[in-house]
Amino acid sequence: MSDIATRPAPNLLANPLVKAGLIVAAVIAALAIGVRLDPTNTLYAIFVDPFQQMVQAPDLLVQTVWEGLVSGVLYALIALGFVLIFKASGVFNFAQGIMVVFAALTLVGLYEKGVPAFLAVILTLGVMFALAVTIERVVLRPLVNQPDIILFMATFGITYFLIGFGESLFGGNPKQMIAEQLYLPKGAVDLQILGGLVSLQKIDIAAAVIASLMIAALAAFFQYTRIGRALRAVADSHKAALSVGISLNQIWVIVWFTAGIVALITGIMWGARSDVSFALEIVALKALPVLILGGFTSIPGAIVGGLIIGIGEKLGEFYWGPLIGGGIESWLAYFIALGFLLFRPQGLFGDKIIERI
Amino acid sequence: MLYREAGQYKSSYASDMAVFPLKEDRIGIAVILAIALVAIPFLGSDFFIASVMIPFLIFSLAAIGLNILTGYTGLISLGTAAFMGVGAYSCYKLTTFFPDVNIIVLILVSGLFSAGIGVLFGLPSLRIKGFYLAVATLAAQFFLQWAFVRVPWLFNYNASGAIEVPQRTLFDIPLTGASATPETRYFVCLGLVVVLTWFASNIVHGKLGRSWMAVRDMDIAAELMGIKLLNAKLAAFAVSSYFCGVAGAMMIFLWYGGGEAADVFSIRLSFNILFMVIIGGLGSLIGSFFGAAFLSILPTALKFGLPALGVPIAGAAAEHVTFMLVGALIIIFLIVEPHGLARLWQIGKQKLRTWPFPY
Repeated sequence: MSDIATRPAPNLLANPLVKAGLIVAAVIAALAIGVRLDPTNTLYAIFVDPFQQMVQAPDLLVQTVWEGLVSGVLYALIALGFVLIFKASGVFNFAQGIMVVFAALTLVGLYEKGVPAFLAVILTLGVMFALAVTIERVVLRPLVNQPDIILFMATFGITYFLIGFGESLFGGNPKQMIAEQLYLPKGAVDLQILGGLVSLQKIDIAAAVIASLMIAALAAFFQYTRIGRALRAVADSHKAALSVGISLNQIWVIVWFTAGIVALITGIMWGARSDVSFALEIVALKALPVLILGGFTSIPGAIVGGLIIGIGEKLGEFYWGPLIGGGIESWLAYFIALGFLLFRPQGLFGDKIIERI
Repeated sequence: MLYREAGQYKSSYASDMAVFPLKEDRIGIAVILAIALVAIPFLGSDFFIASVMIPFLIFSLAAIGLNILTGYTGLISLGTAAFMGVGAYSCYKLTTFFPDVNIIVLILVSGLFSAGIGVLFGLPSLRIKGFYLAVATLAAQFFLQWAFVRVPWLFNYNASGAIEVPQRTLFDIPLTGASATPETRYFVCLGLVVVLTWFASNIVHGKLGRSWMAVRDMDIAAELMGIKLLNAKLAAFAVSSYFCGVAGAMMIFLWYGGGEAADVFSIRLSFNILFMVIIGGLGSLIGSFFGAAFLSILPTALKFGLPALGVPIAGAAAEHVTFMLVGALIIIFLIVEPHGLARLWQIGKQKLRTWPFPY
C-alpha cells in the first residue's frame, strides 16, 4: 500500500554507529592534517609515535600490558572488598585499604612471634572476624539509618583507629611478606614472544590465578548458598529482607568478614610483590577510580574496571608519560575514570540512577 | 535566665532577618572578638599563638570553604588540599612578579586563581553526583599535587622544589618571612578570617546561598523552580575554592613560612578538612570553627597534654595513640550527634532559652 517513494529516506545520521564512525573518521583526518602541518612535532609525539613504538616493539607492549594486568588484578581485589560492603550495607567503606594492610601486618606479625605460617593465616582470619564483629557492634549498629556521608565518615574513623592500632602493635617499619612459607612461587618465567623476551614474575601469575579462583568462589557463594541468597536479598532491599526474617546484623558481620578475607588475600599478594607497610594504604586509593569506573554495585564491574585502569595507566605511563615529565601514574587512573563517568555517570556496570521528585 | 528572647521586639524586617537576632548573641560575638583581638595576643605565649591559634584560624577558613561546597551545596569534594595548594603557589608566583604589592592583597588575589581551577574541576559535577563526584575530585587532588612537583616554574626553578617565603612588610612591620613575630602573623590571620567569614555569612544567607541549599536538598526540584544548576554549582565551586585558596596561601605564608608545599597539600589534608566539616556540622559556619578547633587542637593537646598529665608517652607512640584517639572520637561523635558540634551548640542554646521550665 504505502508508496515507497513517499516514505522518508532512512536518516543515516540517526544511527549512533554511523555517527560515531563519522566522528572517529573526522578526528583521524584532522589529526593526519595536524601532524603534517605541525612544526614542532608535538602532535606527532602524542598521536603517532607511541603507536609506532607499540608496533615496532610488540614484546615491550606485551610486557607493559602484562604489568598493567597484574596491578589491575590487585586494584580489582581491593575494589571487590568495597563493592561487597557497599552492596550489602550501602556503606562506602573507606577502611578497605587499611584492612588490607592490617590483615597483612597481623599475618607477618604472628609469624614473627613464632606461629607456623598456615596457623598464622587461620589466626589472622580469626582476627578479621573479630574485627568484623566489633565494627558491626560498635560502629554500624548505632549508626543504622544515618545518611550515607555519616557512615562514610565513620569508616574514616575506623581507618584512623586501625592506623594507630596497627602501628602501635607492629611498628611503622616495612615488613617482609612470608611468601616462601606460604608456598608462593618465586622468580620469573621468560617467554619468547614476538621476537623479544617477555619476563613474567611467577608471583604475578599466582596472583592472577588466586584472584580468579577467589572471584569464582565468591560468585558461587553468592549464587548457591543460603547465606549468599540472603546477602543478595539485603543488597536489593534492606526492608524487604528484614520483613522475610533475614537478620541484618548477622549479614553485616558476614559481609565485613568476607571483605576481611578478601583483604587478607590482597595483602598477601601485594605484600609478596613489594613489602608490607602503611604505604599500601595510599596505593589502595587507586581502587577508587576502579570503583567509579565499574560502578559501586557491580562485582564484574570491579574486575573489568580494575583491568582497564591497570592496563590504561601502565600504557599511559610507559608511552605518553615521558612527554610530560613522567610520574603521571599517580593521577592518570582518575582521569580515565572521569572520562568514562562523563558518558556513564553510574559507572560501566552500575545500577541506573533513577531520580524522582 | 541569661539567654532569653523575651522582651526583645522586632520592629523592622531587617531586625527580623538578622543573623544574630538576640542581644545575647551579639554580646557573645563581641566578647569572642574581644578575646581574640586583645586577650589572646597579650596573654597567650608565642608557642600557643604560633602552633595552636594560627593553625586553628587557617583550618577554620579552609573548613568554611569546604562547607560551602559540601554542607551548603551537597557536593562532596576530596580535592580541598589541592585547591589550597593552588592558592599557595599562585601567591608565591604573584609575590615574585609584584614584590611591591602588599602581601595581604596578594593572598586575597591568589584565591581567585584557585577559584578558576576549582571551576574547571567542578565542571564534571554537572553530570556526576554523590560519591562518584567525591572520587572524581580526587583527580584534581592527584593531578595538582603532581603538577606542584613536576612544574618547576611554580617554585621558581628552585633546586629544592620548596617555596621560600620572602619577607614582606606593612608599614615597616614584617608580616611574612623569618622575622615576622607570631603576634603579627596572628593578627593578619585573624583579620582575614573575620572579614572572609563575614563575606561567607552574607553569601550563604543571600540569594546565592539559598539557591545552593535548594540544589543540595533536591537538584531536580531546584531546576524546576528556575535555579540554573550550572551557575549554582559552578558558583559553589568557585567560592569554595576561593576560600580554600586563601587558606592555602595563608598556610604557607603565615604559618609554615615556606617549605615543601607539595607534601603539605596532600590527600591527608583534604581528608582532615572534610573531617572538620562533618564533625563541626554540615551547612553551618560556626560548625566549621568548632570542627577546626576540635581537629587541629586535639592532636596538639594530646601531644603536649598527656605527658603533662603524667601519662608517660612520647615520640612515635604518642602519634599512634593520637591516631587511635582521633579515630575513636570521630566514631563516638558521629554516634552521639551525627549532625555535628553545631547541632549540639544549637541544642544547648535551646535548652538555655527554656531553662528552668523546659515544658
